[in-house]
Amino acid sequence: MNDFSSGLLDAFRLIVTLDPDLVEIIWLTIRVSLLAVTIAACIGLPLGAVLAITRFPGRTAVVVALNSLMGLPPVVVGLIVYMALSRVGPFGVLGLLFTPTAMVIAQTLLVLPIIAAVSRQVLSDLWLEYREQLISLGARHSQSIATLIWDARYQLMTAVLAGFGRAIAEVGAVMIVGGNIDHATRVMTTAIALETSKGNLSLAIGLGAILVCLALIVNGALFLLHPRRTVTP
Amino acid sequence: MSGRILPLALEGVTLKIDGRRLIDKITLTLDAGPLTVVMGPNGAGKSLLMRLCHGLIKPTKGSITWQGSPGVWPGERQTRVFQKPVVLRRSVLANVEYPLKLRGVDANERKVRAREALERTGLGDIAMSPARVLSGGEQQKLAIARAWAMEPEVLFLDEPTANLDPAGTRDVEDLVRAVHGAGTKIIMTSHRTDQVRRLASEVVFIHKGRLIEKGPADAFLDTPQSAEARAYLSGELLV
Ligand SMILES: Nc1ncnc2c1ncn2[C@@H]1O[C@H](COP(=O)(O)OP(=O)(O)OP(=O)(O)O)[C@@H](O)[C@H]1O
Ligand SMILES: [Mg+2]
Repeated sequence: MNDFSSGLLDAFRLIVTLDPDLVEIIWLTIRVSLLAVTIAACIGLPLGAVLAITRFPGRTAVVVALNSLMGLPPVVVGLIVYMALSRVGPFGVLGLLFTPTAMVIAQTLLVLPIIAAVSRQVLSDLWLEYREQLISLGARHSQSIATLIWDARYQLMTAVLAGFGRAIAEVGAVMIVGGNIDHATRVMTTAIALETSKGNLSLAIGLGAILVCLALIVNGALFLLHPRRTVTP
Repeated sequence: MSGRILPLALEGVTLKIDGRRLIDKITLTLDAGPLTVVMGPNGAGKSLLMRLCHGLIKPTKGSITWQGSPGVWPGERQTRVFQKPVVLRRSVLANVEYPLKLRGVDANERKVRAREALERTGLGDIAMSPARVLSGGEQQKLAIARAWAMEPEVLFLDEPTANLDPAGTRDVEDLVRAVHGAGTKIIMTSHRTDQVRRLASEVVFIHKGRLIEKGPADAFLDTPQSAEARAYLSGELLV
């Protein structure tokens, strides 16, 4: 208990003094996850829209695959990316293993199925409602896709943020492909795991608190962005 | 601008779904000029006939031709307001601008035309409101404004007053008259005799997917020729 309260105190000190190690870790975490989510959204949103609107042979299989990939264990993704990037793997020559880029790749793969599957669901519901009207108004396929994405933007943003939540909170994949190297690939979750196992609770608690705050800020921002807030009389 | 895609000619138009003959060999010509109302009981096939004419579903048999050019869908020149209009999750103004944007009308002209259409439909004051919070009647007017801004030669209206109160009904009827007066051919459905009397100059009466009668509105209402129309009109008066 004493350990715990002194850990809290230390954590507080690290945060208010903007401890350089702490800041470095937070900054890398946000950069990696933000980049991964951006890439995943750029691929996942149009992919979800195409799956929602078009009918082609094998579409059902793709949808089922996507839905099951949502629950992919991070360590498995980490392992796959590790094998692909390791020196004997197909992309070994790029020398990306144990770099932030490798972590971005792993997190993108983790988040992409979530964004694509959720947006497919949201957009196909909306398409059911809009289809005949949009065609009647003269919308071409690409215009319909853009319309659906725009009109479902708040729900899609929720999907993207859920993806960001998964990326920033997961530890297995980045641990395997990043290696938790100090000043290079150490992010909040891997640092927490390491510091906890070393018994150095203050840094772990400080990082944990900030991780929770980040989640709160992101969700608070989403809540404020949402226009439904203004509708209540 | 009028008289370029009309007349609209239906020749033996039949629509079968799951073995049911929902539209049965309808042959009919609709010309520029009269305000045409398609009448008939619930389930007669009025909405299906509108969708066929609009071109979004294809007949199983028969042909639908605009100005003698088979297979051409002059989507730019005719539009349709649905029985249950779909409004987009945007502002009222953005809803009206939307089809113009699809057609590549430039931003300035788009704004002007959309504003105009909203003023004419009495929605000017709520142009910036989110369209999804409008009442049913306002959404119906919005759908008409959106269609009007497209400056169509032909406007299909499917039960435009189905869910409106008397005041809303009167507003929309005024609006329909105004659109018609501005030179757009109106083809609408209704099952209300009083409305048909107020608006229509020509009636097309269908029953169980078949064309029963077509003629001037007054003559149809006062001296219907077919047994079906007589039964329908008197039945409704008795209710
Ligand atoms: N997509 C469809 N598949 C199968 N049956 C349909 C379909 N659309 C309409 N029908 C049937 O066709 C018939 C005519 O429908 P329609 O909607 O044209 O009627 P309506 O004359 O517009 O009736 P209302 O006055 O109630 O609007 C109905 O019996 C309906 O059940
Ligand atoms: Mg109908």
